[in-house]
Amino acid sequence: MSAGRHLLQIRGLDRADVESFLELAEAHKRAHLEGRTLQPLRRRVVANLFFEDSTRTRSSFEIAARSLGADVLNWTARGSSMAKGETLLDTVRNIDAMGPSVMVIRHSSSGAAALVSRHVRASVVNAGDGTHEHPSQALLDAFTLREKLGTLEGKRVVIVGDILHSRVARSNAHCLRLLGAQVVLCGPLTMMPRGIEALGAEVAHDLDALLPDADAVMMLRIQLERQQAGLFPSPREYARLYGLNAHRAARLQKHAVILHPGPMNRGVEIANDVADGLQSAILDQVQNGVFVRRAILERCAA
Amino acid sequence: MSVQALVIEGGRLIDPANGIDGVRHLLLRDGVVELASEGPIVPPPGARVIAAAGKWVLPGFIDLHVHLREPGQEGKETIATGCRSAVAGGFTSIVAMPNTVPPIDTGLLVKFVAERGREAKLCRVYPSGAITRGQKGEQLTDMAELRDAGCVCLTDDGRPVMSSALMRRALQWALPLGLPLMVHEEDMELSAGGWMNEGPVAARLGLLPIPASAEVAMVARDLVLAEDTGGRVHFAHVSCAASVRLIRDAKRRGLRVTAEAAPHHFTLTDEAVEGWNTHARMNPPLRAREDVEALCEGLADGTIDAIATDHAPHSVADKACEFDCSANGIVGLETALPLTLELVHAGRLSVRRAVELLTVGPARVLGLPGGELSAGRPADVTIVDPNEEWTIDASRFYSKGRNSPFDGRRVKGRVQVTVVGGRVVFENGDVKENG
Repeated sequence: MSAGRHLLQIRGLDRADVESFLELAEAHKRAHLEGRTLQPLRRRVVANLFFEDSTRTRSSFEIAARSLGADVLNWTARGSSMAKGETLLDTVRNIDAMGPSVMVIRHSSSGAAALVSRHVRASVVNAGDGTHEHPSQALLDAFTLREKLGTLEGKRVVIVGDILHSRVARSNAHCLRLLGAQVVLCGPLTMMPRGIEALGAEVAHDLDALLPDADAVMMLRIQLERQQAGLFPSPREYARLYGLNAHRAARLQKHAVILHPGPMNRGVEIANDVADGLQSAILDQVQNGVFVRRAILERCAA
Repeated sequence: MSVQALVIEGGRLIDPANGIDGVRHLLLRDGVVELASEGPIVPPPGARVIAAAGKWVLPGFIDLHVHLREPGQEGKETIATGCRSAVAGGFTSIVAMPNTVPPIDTGLLVKFVAERGREAKLCRVYPSGAITRGQKGEQLTDMAELRDAGCVCLTDDGRPVMSSALMRRALQWALPLGLPLMVHEEDMELSAGGWMNEGPVAARLGLLPIPASAEVAMVARDLVLAEDTGGRVHFAHVSCAASVRLIRDAKRRGLRVTAEAAPHHFTLTDEAVEGWNTHARMNPPLRAREDVEALCEGLADGTIDAIATDHAPHSVADKACEFDCSANGIVGLETALPLTLELVHAGRLSVRRAVELLTVGPARVLGLPGGELSAGRPADVTIVDPNEEWTIDASRFYSKGRNSPFDGRRVKGRVQVTVVGGRVVFENGDVKENG
């Protein structure tokens, strides 16, 4: 396995690395369904360091860590020494000195997890760094898609939305490609980073044309405040071109899976009836997230 | 006390301004060049003789773009440490950028910089002054006062003058004063939110992009305003292929504009940012391969007049942080020569042109003394060993800054001796303080 003790990004991993995370996650899911408990992290400490707000990812890592028997330190930037002007490196060196086995880090700066990993003894898990990567999300998406589609080999996955600001899109582009899928990144030019093709993905701007051939569509959250910067004219105009409504969803194949990393803007990038419809796997993603994160923590703490 | 006379014997004298490239003997006395001769020179009594066979004897280098950080940020650099760094890099004249704390926007502050430069007793320090008060881009500075205090050009470097109307008036006010405007070209709205050059590397690293058009659009604007007003514009740290094309076309049409390029921009591409390397963060950002190629062509064909380092020292903490929190810029003075010579070794630049870009090229941009070695000129000389291979070691910089993406790089060609006003100020690795 080429992955080290950290999980910083999907880029640079090989297929076997990704497969081994997914297999371990499957084992955890099976154990859970059979009512068995595995507690390999008993008396170990997992530090959740969330320099940026998050509910879903932090809770998911916390539940995963506790179910593995670990003690969990939940640290948030608000009201902390960071708020008093301490640097990122000083903060993490101090927490590292308390001896956690794993640090789970969410930070608004791209590359922050990689920076931290060079300065601490703990293993570092990137829980989202700026607009760079969100590897645990990509692994849980791949896990969910494999459950639904059987395999990702040759499947066509369309990722739709603000690719420029999306760490989910970058991690997924790498991960899905490693597993043999074709990845299409679809969004307006204002939110499409130039040169993103170098990740090995196709770039497209016409969502309607892509739907009939898609095996899965992943709708990204659109941050409504980006309207002020002129990245899109209005939520209405955005939805007109890139929102997944019932009319558009009807053009999907019956087996096609609809994903969303959350939190959703219902009525903008995804319509209510689609989000709650039969093809939606959005809550499966959340459920599987716990098993995937158990696998990540177990592997990185080893 | 007068300075000991100096004879530099038998070196290869390269003096592009005077069309000289051959073995010469050089006599420096009373602060000026007395004689450059093909025949041997009998050293005057008490003179020191430096044997320079196999070495290049060059006019002292001139850097149009140096951040000395004093006043206000003496933790990063002082005028004295910046001068040490300069002479260690072969520079005998440097132009101090005015984006200090406070910015150099009054005659008193110009005199402070000049005085500190003289006190350092190493190289010549030419102050520049701000175009706008506080470099805020709102009101013009008292430009005549700045000039009379000794300022050699005006610049809001680090920032553009965003208002086209104010820029036009700045050109009109400065024109009769004979002061060129050095412009940092960046449309702040186009670059807003960006951290590195737009392209595949930014896309991969998840760093929001700065488009080339942020620079190019402002170069185009200022070419229009230069033509409109007849004002003198010097383009600082040009980094984009399209900027080079625009400047080349303007020069062909006879516009009196000049331009400089920095060694990091013609040496590295944005691939150097891989791993969120804060030592590769600068403004303008490192660009793509085709931009590097265009800069090399511009250096060779005369579109770019000078190599300028944009020496920008920072403390370790300014760079040991998240990429988007880190400071812009690198230590430039002590690596400029070997990086320029890389272009010579690669056949991209003739030796003569390389020397020109470090000496008479920048001298002419601002009308500074020096840059050539004919009789009566300042006795500013840089002796280079063109063959010495060495490894850049940031921990040994004379600058206070250690921030260099070139740390550990193997290079060829090294400054051996730097002479300012006939006095040896750097020799074989040692700065000669107050010699």
